[in-house]
Amino acid sequence: MDLDALAGCLSSSACLVTQTTSGLIIGMLLFLVAVGLTLIFGVLKVVNFSHGAFYMFGAYFAMTAYQLTGSFALAMLAGAAGTAILGLIFERVFMSRVYGADVLMQLLVCYAFVLIFDDVVRIIWGPEFKSMGMPSAFQVMPLFIAGGVVPPYYLLLIGVALVAAIVLGAGLSRTRIGKVIRAAAHNPGMVSALGINTGLIYGGVFALGGMLAGLAGALAAPVRSLTPGMGFSVLIESFIVTVIGGMGSILGALIGALLLGLIRSFGSLGFPLFTEGLMYLFMVIVLVSKPTGLFGKEAA
Amino acid sequence: MTRTRTPGISRRSTLALMGAGAMTFTAPWVARAQAKTIKIGMPTILSGRVAQLGTSSRNAVMLEVEKVNAAGGLAGRQIEMVVRDSKGQPQEAARVARELVNTDGCELLLDGEASSGSFAVHEVARDLGVLCIHTCSEASSLTADPKQHIPNAFRCVRQGIHDSIVGGSYAAAISKAKGLKKWATCSPDYAYGRDTTGEFTLYLKRFAPDVEIISESWPKLFQPDYTEVVTKILQAKPQALYSCLWGGDLTSYIDQANIYAMFGQMEVFAVNMADYTALTVVKNLPKGIHSGNRYIKTFPTTPENAAWGDAYKAKYNEYPTNWSWQNATAVMFLAEAAKKANSADGKKLAEVLKGLTIKCPFGADGTVTMRGDDHTLVGYAIGWGTTIPQEPYVPEVKAGDWKTIFELEAEWKKSKGYT
Repeated sequence: MDLDALAGCLSSSACLVTQTTSGLIIGMLLFLVAVGLTLIFGVLKVVNFSHGAFYMFGAYFAMTAYQLTGSFALAMLAGAAGTAILGLIFERVFMSRVYGADVLMQLLVCYAFVLIFDDVVRIIWGPEFKSMGMPSAFQVMPLFIAGGVVPPYYLLLIGVALVAAIVLGAGLSRTRIGKVIRAAAHNPGMVSALGINTGLIYGGVFALGGMLAGLAGALAAPVRSLTPGMGFSVLIESFIVTVIGGMGSILGALIGALLLGLIRSFGSLGFPLFTEGLMYLFMVIVLVSKPTGLFGKEAA
Repeated sequence: MTRTRTPGISRRSTLALMGAGAMTFTAPWVARAQAKTIKIGMPTILSGRVAQLGTSSRNAVMLEVEKVNAAGGLAGRQIEMVVRDSKGQPQEAARVARELVNTDGCELLLDGEASSGSFAVHEVARDLGVLCIHTCSEASSLTADPKQHIPNAFRCVRQGIHDSIVGGSYAAAISKAKGLKKWATCSPDYAYGRDTTGEFTLYLKRFAPDVEIISESWPKLFQPDYTEVVTKILQAKPQALYSCLWGGDLTSYIDQANIYAMFGQMEVFAVNMADYTALTVVKNLPKGIHSGNRYIKTFPTTPENAAWGDAYKAKYNEYPTNWSWQNATAVMFLAEAAKKANSADGKKLAEVLKGLTIKCPFGADGTVTMRGDDHTLVGYAIGWGTTIPQEPYVPEVKAGDWKTIFELEAEWKKSKGYT
């Protein structure tokens, strides 16, 4: 425990800016993965344990597109669009068959695909770790804001995640499609009876969730090494986020992810040997005080 | 009463025929036994995040085994490698090792496991009495601790303590020259990271007593994001940083530290940087990272080493790793020992291996020795240098002095109660 370092940081604007942006970066990437997870659970009532694989595929798709075209924008597009298509196929061909099944069956199917997807990546891209490399446009000196260090690439990353959060939130609450999705989450039978194709909605939501995870993977690819199985650790943290924020809540995923990012960022200063533990401790405190998570709704 | 002979052949004739038959059938069998192949079992990591190292170990072994077989085999017996995946799990490594000997009939073991698995395979070797050469574990205690000593196990691997002595001495010299007194460390939070960092700082402070460690970071193994670690180090404002992160963790760390322009703000000493697995993967490798040599074909700067690196690349379309040269050396030791013993018998080989010196492309002076008293490899090329972003990646390596290594290693062993 090094509370002096933490107190010193809180009283220094430079440290405060650096650590806060550091927390936002960690949090925003987590949000993109976790929000897909929570969206799929909210609408489809399925805990998608294979969600981390979409993050992994997003990173690999982006790296391949970047190597082929040299365009960062196309790399991001490939990461997001590729995983959306993959998500749609995965949902229609496999997941749609186990919606009514036991939770254990759903878990087994998801876990089987975690292993299958990892092996597919190993076969296509090889078992060794890979690096996409930072696009030259972002190979610039970091910005100094109030004495704190902020890399321009991370500003882009935070911006993209924020835009995704706003579009998603507004789309679900203010558009017709959003209303239909919310209606399908509450009463799929009624939505179906009204002549709306619920299969299409489910497939679309799964594709959207996969796309968000893929976008997170694509955004992470320039700064993280790519390996088969890389989605697993992200999945664990995403579960913590959704448990803290409340399963099914998009706002909960955003707040949970940001809190987790800040806990890691400032925790590494004050509690360097217990940073991971702090995340779990926080999750336990939330679960004890509010078992449905910060923004979760009580079951009817 | 007269005995009447029963029709057919007599008992004497039957025995004679059986004898002749036995001779006819056994002679070739005995001959085959003499010339039959010798199976060598190899548990290693062929799946998971460390698969690349296990695969490179297998590749190096196969490269050398082909040469040995082409030259007549191990004391006349062709080598057949039986390589199995342990998935990097110690219990699986032990199970595979036992199965290789008991079921597959392997007479020797090459243990291509990381440290945790090696200790498990070591116990199997202790139990079965089979000759075992560890080819990947750098944990010093595997051979330094007398409790681990068994007559049939050897270690053909660089050692953490050797690297720390050379690294500490190299870093101290640069510290003194550049006035680097405030240091930070950032290493993975498991036995290897903790031990290696502790040993490095021990020798750094010994050679440069005014060095102070002002910040320590222990990210977990395979952590995907190091942002909070990078910013923590930036806040501490050290003049130098030591890290024993490796593989994909090291490349992630470099990519993430790069965008904070960290490498321009402090001298960085990353012991595992100078390995092709990391050097060829990092797209924006900063200039001037100090690193220990793992495997590079330009150190030692001999035609033999360069030729070996090129031959490996020609065959497998990638450069060898640190684990590759160690595994290749193990096969070279076996081949030389079999020549001297004129046998492929494990016990006879073990006797010859003790204190054996062989010509080797990876030797500091063109030779390496299997030290007799603790069954471990010494005399290999060991040094530190600074990186550049393109080949040869580490143009100049300052070689470590084995005389100093031996002296300080002896002191270290005494301090640990090993001698």
